[in-house]
Amino acid sequence: MNSYFVKRLISMLITLWLIITLTFFLMHAIPGSPFTSDKNTNEAVQNNLKSFYHLDEPLYVQYGAYLKSLLTLDLGPSIKQSSFTVNDLIGRGIPVSFELGFWTLLVAVVSGILLGVAAALRHNGIIDYLAMTFAVLGISVPSFVMATLLIQQFAVNWPILPVATWASPKHMILPILALATGPMAIIARLTRSSMIEVLAQDYIRTARAKGLSPVKIVFKHALRNALMPVVTLLGALAASILTGTFVIEKIFAIPGMGKYFVESINQRDYPVIMGTTVFYSVVLIIMLYLVDLAYGIIDPRIKLGKKEG
Amino acid sequence: MKKVLQVNDLHVSFRTYGGEVKAVRGVTFDLNKGETLAIVGESGCGKSVTSQSIMRLIPNPPGRIVSGSILFKDKDLTKVSEPEMRKIRGADISMIFQDPMTALNPTITVGEQIIEGIRQHKKVTAAEAKNAAVDMLDLVGIPSPEARLKQYPHQFSGGMRQRIVIAMALVCQPEVLIADEPTTALDVTIQAQILELFRDIQEKTGVSIILITHDLGVVAQVADRIAVMYAGKIVETGSRREIFYNPQHPYTRGLLRSVPRLDIEGADLVPIGGSPPDLFSPPAGCPFAARCEYAMDVCDRVYPSETRLSSNHQVDCWLQDERAKKLMAAMN
Repeated sequence: MNSYFVKRLISMLITLWLIITLTFFLMHAIPGSPFTSDKNTNEAVQNNLKSFYHLDEPLYVQYGAYLKSLLTLDLGPSIKQSSFTVNDLIGRGIPVSFELGFWTLLVAVVSGILLGVAAALRHNGIIDYLAMTFAVLGISVPSFVMATLLIQQFAVNWPILPVATWASPKHMILPILALATGPMAIIARLTRSSMIEVLAQDYIRTARAKGLSPVKIVFKHALRNALMPVVTLLGALAASILTGTFVIEKIFAIPGMGKYFVESINQRDYPVIMGTTVFYSVVLIIMLYLVDLAYGIIDPRIKLGKKEG
Repeated sequence: MKKVLQVNDLHVSFRTYGGEVKAVRGVTFDLNKGETLAIVGESGCGKSVTSQSIMRLIPNPPGRIVSGSILFKDKDLTKVSEPEMRKIRGADISMIFQDPMTALNPTITVGEQIIEGIRQHKKVTAAEAKNAAVDMLDLVGIPSPEARLKQYPHQFSGGMRQRIVIAMALVCQPEVLIADEPTTALDVTIQAQILELFRDIQEKTGVSIILITHDLGVVAQVADRIAVMYAGKIVETGSRREIFYNPQHPYTRGLLRSVPRLDIEGADLVPIGGSPPDLFSPPAGCPFAARCEYAMDVCDRVYPSETRLSSNHQVDCWLQDERAKKLMAAMN
């Protein structure tokens, strides 16, 4: 296990380095600079600014300097919001995005799995059709449309929930629902199809022959085997939801990470682009590692880093 | 002899897009205490459906028990409620399935899979259940059972897994054990060991066994009585001796002739020509008539009634009918 972990850590670091390198050079390949939009500054000021942020140095020098500062976990200053470092921005945005993401994931996973199981148990029955119609809608309706509909219904027509901002648990309900619908629908469909497959297995018949109750059969014998595809999906899903979602955060005026992602690219705020990318990559890589660990827990036949004898 | 299970005129059908498949069409048999009854027949003759009907494990829909009764401990199993049936499954009647490679849940330790059966039916502590599981594994011949309990199915060989499946089925001391092709998926040496185990366990526990198989070699080794099934009906029943040495139904004879023999020099393998009837619309007469070398006009039209040849040898064949004998006498 330890040697597996070391190997895995090395490969994770290599992956991260590749992402950093690619992003760094691609980002600088985009025309324009952080100061292009500042029309009022003259050339001398622009040059001063460039040299202040070391943007006048050759790319490989900048690259080396960036890697060096990364080693000290310093993501650099934000060029556009000059009173903040990138670490500050992430430090402010991430707790909010994580909170939103965590609840969204919880809602999506729990309700998605339950919906999928219910549909599988009533395969080709009315519950199945209802659940799957709901799932198709959930997948095809974008979250921003869902958000608008939810606001219209629960904040305007029937004003029981606040329209926007991130102040109390009550404020979280609408954004969580809007964000969770899509992932929930995907999870429900996956759970349903793999559950139907598992329920047809011989060991489910064995469990029935033992006289076990349907609840035990579904939750002890079937669900665990049916969760594999869902867990696979969960890694990437968790990373993208946890690190903030631009559209939903924008609609509900939530001070999360999402806006930095998008705005930094438009503004060519190089350190912020790099910082958010690095951060997202780290979260993604960790999530994928957790997914692999989860495989081993769910299915004892999968032993990480060990050859089956 | 005490009868533990009585199946009377059982009919089971499956609704499909093509129509209703009448898989079991009036099966009647008794199971005596402590005996092994083999139900033999080719694929699709309804033997597995019969056994799964006893456990009420027929997937419904599409399958359903149309009529008939299954009497066990003064209860008709076709009529008891599902929760009541769950109390019977695994506790009073248990079942072993064909393929031990897929019959165990790959993500749960074998110990837990045995123990959950015990705890489902008996009020015992976790420690008592564990002890019972260890004893059972020991009984079915698994070495160092205590350590093996913590292992997963993939850490066992096929034969070992079948032993675990058997342990799982027997751990609540059921009165009836239904074994559906228990040795088919195993290689021959392991097959012999498992059959030996069945005999051994029956001696120790007195369990009555229904053995479903198409393998007459297996039947010859363990069965006390044999029921031969064809196209959803039992066509001949008798003791092992009677069936092997005095088969009366042409189908039984055909089956015995189609078994490869090593003891007779130059013995030919004689296949039964043709194929079983379509169970969407089974024939009105004897279903074997189309393949039977002795078929008469009556065979096509009317199903023969049961003829009793001895106290426990019965056959459904016009050749054995009392009236056929009178006719023969008249013709001579």
